[in-house]
Amino acid sequence: MKLRSVTVVAVAALSLGAVSACGTAPPSSNNGGGTKAATATSAKDLGGMSALVSAAKKEGQLNVIALPPTWANYGNIIKAFQKKYGIKVNSAQPDAASQDEINAAKQLKGRDTAPDVFDLGQSVALANTSLYAPYKVQEWDSIPSQFKDANGTWVNDYGGYMSIGYDSAKVPAISHLSDLLKPAYKGKVALNGDPTQAGAAFSGVVMASLANGGSADDIAPGVTFFSKLKKAGNFVPVDPTPATIESGQTPVVIDWDYTNAAETAQLPSWKVVVPSEAVVAGYYFQAINKDAPHPAAARLWEEFLYSDQGQNLWLAGGARPVRADAMAKAGTIDKSKYDALPKVTGQPVVPTNAQTEKAAKYLSDNWSKAVS
Amino acid sequence: MRARLGRLTPALGLVPFLLYLLVFLLVPTLVVLVGSFQEGGRFSLTNIRALSDPSILHALQESVVLSGSTALLGGVLGALLAWLVVGLSPTNVVRRFVVSLCGAFAQTGGVSLAFAWIATIGLSGVVTQWFDDHLHVQLMGSGWLYALPGLILVYCYFQIPLMVIVFLPALEGLRPQWREAAVNLGASKWQYFTQVVVPLLRPAFLGSVLLLFANAFAAYATAAALVSQGSPILPLKIREGLTSEIVLGRQHLAYAIALEMVVVVAIIMVLYALLLRRSARWMR
Repeated sequence: MKLRSVTVVAVAALSLGAVSACGTAPPSSNNGGGTKAATATSAKDLGGMSALVSAAKKEGQLNVIALPPTWANYGNIIKAFQKKYGIKVNSAQPDAASQDEINAAKQLKGRDTAPDVFDLGQSVALANTSLYAPYKVQEWDSIPSQFKDANGTWVNDYGGYMSIGYDSAKVPAISHLSDLLKPAYKGKVALNGDPTQAGAAFSGVVMASLANGGSADDIAPGVTFFSKLKKAGNFVPVDPTPATIESGQTPVVIDWDYTNAAETAQLPSWKVVVPSEAVVAGYYFQAINKDAPHPAAARLWEEFLYSDQGQNLWLAGGARPVRADAMAKAGTIDKSKYDALPKVTGQPVVPTNAQTEKAAKYLSDNWSKAVS
Repeated sequence: MRARLGRLTPALGLVPFLLYLLVFLLVPTLVVLVGSFQEGGRFSLTNIRALSDPSILHALQESVVLSGSTALLGGVLGALLAWLVVGLSPTNVVRRFVVSLCGAFAQTGGVSLAFAWIATIGLSGVVTQWFDDHLHVQLMGSGWLYALPGLILVYCYFQIPLMVIVFLPALEGLRPQWREAAVNLGASKWQYFTQVVVPLLRPAFLGSVLLLFANAFAAYATAAALVSQGSPILPLKIREGLTSEIVLGRQHLAYAIALEMVVVVAIIMVLYALLLRRSARWMR
């Protein structure tokens, strides 16, 4: 065990030496309020927002990880934060998966290149709560209680619904999942990732299951649906990206509504529909690394994300910010963007962790057989 | 003392290389080896046992079939192409063109290569659409490009040129005098080929095929971009273990699969060494 951790650190150190010249400085030495900020559970603990801002500015930097610029508008969110506070945001591995964030936090622990904050999928988030520092943002009370841990260990940040995106210039309009089995969609339907690996694809299979008489407890009908899709020759086992969508290789994509909606900006004929017979919702999880090298900046980032400005920026990326209801009531939400979100009718299903684990087991055993 | 030191100084030049080996070969191999036999911070055989799981056995089989078939196809076709090219003079334009083209193609891989194939003969590719519209032929069926046959086809795109590059020097080493000597001794063309050329080139050919096998066995990015469902081959299974957001805590299974890959390559290298020893016996 010892050997392993030493070697991992050695390898990580070597690969990071090039990235940061000051990589060996202990994190607490580069700011005075570091230790205080590291345990603060609210801005009040530090003496209010202005004290938090000045402590964060003193740190001068923030490390984020796995935030693709085109995902939920993160590109603009990072820009807005840098502009507002003059704090440099170091964005590492923008295309990494949730598990990579946790791996990076463990391997880089104690170094000033370690991630300060996380944005995680549900199962990874709930499996690693011991790594987070609890923190309650100023807007804490307007976050619905089912979307946060009571102590502030994690808080849902934004979410969306499973959707079908399609290029209306290339394929007929879609309103139900069963439409996808028609010959008009031959070789055109893609799923964003492998459901045994990616959260979005997993929720896509849950959606297919709901549409075919299954439930969050019984994912088998979803797997059967994709198997039928494959047999009909309609399923393209390619990972959809903006490149495959714009070049027409994947004219139909099953993915979160906000990632699908982001595509419309590039391709005006790209339509997004949330099938009314199978409404699956999913929220991402925001948390602060308890070993954050920039503890004050990490907390300021959270304050920014949950402020009206941060929430509206997510909304501008097509995601549903967690404070949307409260902001709609208060009239602070960007109304035109809010009304432009795909319409959703019906009771949304959010799989619990136990249901996800059970379904994951079923998928591990059956998915590759169903689609190959 | 001074003489001994003097003898050692040339060895100093080796130090960077040895350091490189240590950091990028020895250390990762040890990490993989130790990690394979651990679970939850303790010694455990769980992950080694998990290698006999049907899905991983199947991936092993597919990986070996993929690497073996593209090594053989690439080896034979690449050797033929090299044979044709070597007949031309070294300054010939066609020869220089083919060799530099092979140099470029042998290094083409990953996302761009996979996307090129998808855009050309994928389910909605340009060529596929043309055949469907004009000849009513379904080139892709239900999508074989995204499974093992597709991987074999796409891998050949870099395997054949790689074979040309590594095999050409061996062909260039065949001296014309040997052919003349054989002809003088009354050998037919066929006899010259089977009794002189084949034994001479066998070690180089097998060595090149082994290189192609290892090249395909470890290739990851091309397959990852082409096949996003079901993780049919071992490198994709390793990714699944390391980064899955759905099935958690399988990092050590990924180590075990990596160890399995090391073992497969080791077995093949031992076989190659044995073969070489037999075929080289007459040279001593």
